[in-house]
Amino acid sequence: MKTETNGSNSNGAASELAIDARSIVKVFGLGDARTVALKGANFSARQGELHLVVGPSGCGKTTLLSVVAGTLNWDEGKVQVFGTSLDGMKRSEITDFRRRNVGFIFQQFNLIPTLNLIENISVPLLLNGIRRRTAEDKAGELLKRVGLAGKETKRPTQLSGGQQQRVAIARALVHEPRLVICDEPTSALDSETGHQIMDLLTTAARAPGRCVVIVTHDPRVYSYADRITQMEDGRVMAVLDGEPLQQFVHSTH
Amino acid sequence: MLRLALKMLLGDRAKYIMLVGGLTFSALLMTQQRAVFTGLVSWTTSHMRNMRASIWVVEHRVEQVNETKALRDTDVNRVRSVSTVDYAVPLFQGVLKARAADGSDKQIQLIGLHAGTLKGRPTVMVEGGEEGLERLRIANNVVVDVLASKRLAAGLGRPLQIGDTFEINDREARVVGICKTEPHFFGYPYVFSSYDQALQYAPRQRKMLSMILAEPKEGHSAEEVAQQISNETGLRAYTVPEFEKATVDWVWKNTGIPVSFLTTIILGFVVGVAVAGQTFYSFVLENLKHLGALKAMGASNGLISAMLFVQAMTVGLIGYGMGVGLTAVFGFIVRPIGQPPFVISIETLVGTLFSILVICTLAALFGILKVARLEPAVVFRG
Repeated sequence: MKTETNGSNSNGAASELAIDARSIVKVFGLGDARTVALKGANFSARQGELHLVVGPSGCGKTTLLSVVAGTLNWDEGKVQVFGTSLDGMKRSEITDFRRRNVGFIFQQFNLIPTLNLIENISVPLLLNGIRRRTAEDKAGELLKRVGLAGKETKRPTQLSGGQQQRVAIARALVHEPRLVICDEPTSALDSETGHQIMDLLTTAARAPGRCVVIVTHDPRVYSYADRITQMEDGRVMAVLDGEPLQQFVHSTH
Repeated sequence: MLRLALKMLLGDRAKYIMLVGGLTFSALLMTQQRAVFTGLVSWTTSHMRNMRASIWVVEHRVEQVNETKALRDTDVNRVRSVSTVDYAVPLFQGVLKARAADGSDKQIQLIGLHAGTLKGRPTVMVEGGEEGLERLRIANNVVVDVLASKRLAAGLGRPLQIGDTFEINDREARVVGICKTEPHFFGYPYVFSSYDQALQYAPRQRKMLSMILAEPKEGHSAEEVAQQISNETGLRAYTVPEFEKATVDWVWKNTGIPVSFLTTIILGFVVGVAVAGQTFYSFVLENLKHLGALKAMGASNGLISAMLFVQAMTVGLIGYGMGVGLTAVFGFIVRPIGQPPFVISIETLVGTLFSILVICTLAALFGILKVARLEPAVVFRG
């Protein structure tokens, strides 16, 4: 176990870092409603790894995830994603960056219920300016890869939760993003389906130059992690890998 | 993405139907009321289309065609003396009582035409033809319009026909022709006689000449001649467009008709804004997490605004088409009856389209403002 002190991690050179976030402070609200969600948190994740962020509710996991995904402004600190500094970027530049480089998987899937599966999966490609026909062909390939071939014209509401999450994974990967951000991807699923989803995400994380970061409460999936960042009270308490990671995984079972 | 935006809209059947329904009702209300108003305004100037003349000369205080301030008989000659006037003839117009076959009194619009020229005579004869018009020069003969043939037939069991008689101010009137006219603003049926005969029917007053109809000499415009008549005689000479405008202006200034129609039209607009705005806003709220997800995935505010705008405009154009279509159906139903007056002008169609587009723009703006303020990180918060 390495207790975090300065945000660097010993397992990779700076050039291999997918995410390097240092001393992040995020404050919500003003006056009596002021809440400090991140209190100088340091976080890093490497290319090619599946990285879990764990901790009790309200510890700042999702806020940290939102910051490194470029969906939330932060108040202090520096964030680099694949060598690109997000500090001082204009909102439109961050939006462009997300569109090209980040895939999202949400706890509640967030598939658009009035669109069929192919249309849902092709959204990131269409946002990147790919022509509809090409985007739908690519979406069809991804749908096959997540084991849902033949269901192209189904609506999300016609699928089980596990199938919907597979579609969400296909949507997150279809434009081949370098960073995949997952928010509690298995918490709404039964154990068996959860493992299937984690298998897919593990495979996705092995793609060259890609990093998958998962925020989760679900101890069933800890064993899939290459590294685990533990958070508490707005701070990163520890980054686990190797033997300490194995011990942590066993202790949580 | 815009195609997907439309699919998102069409997929939510309840909201889609409510949006289209609200906008259809709004378009129907605005178009129908404006068409009836336009029809009513056109009735105010129907007099000029029922009695065609290039120049209408009236007493200088007269502001509109349905108003009469009598002139002196000698004024006809004063107008004739204007060098650019080809000819000028007297015209009588007055509202009189006529007695129907059952003894009931009906108000009529009596028009007395100059016997020599029959200037101002009806343009469309239904019965009696040109010969019937020529017979107006004979004493007690009249040409009635279709409305008069029905209204004065009370007790007969059939419309008046050529040869039937009735009384105007206790004097006999014999029908020698039936003509078609545009409805009078006050709803009176038209009865045409010769000028001299009209003076016999009308109660005697010191001055009986209502108006003078004039035509310009060849090579002179109606505007130029009307101006010259006004300058040289002190009377008021209007060309047809001028008199129509003066009449419509008078209606706007002196009656509550435009205000009452305008109120209903504004109500239609407000209903449209309320229904479309509220429904579209609730559609946006229900889709907020999906729109947030799109923002997280890299959709710009501009793209999402365009998606909402396309959705709003699509329901707007469908609602507009259906509203105008229903108004047209209303028009087809009421047109043969003749009540209420109904004219769909291109201005009405463009005006309604513009209003509906404004409604949809406002509706879209409510949603766009909501989404523009939406942090993409909201998708991570449950």
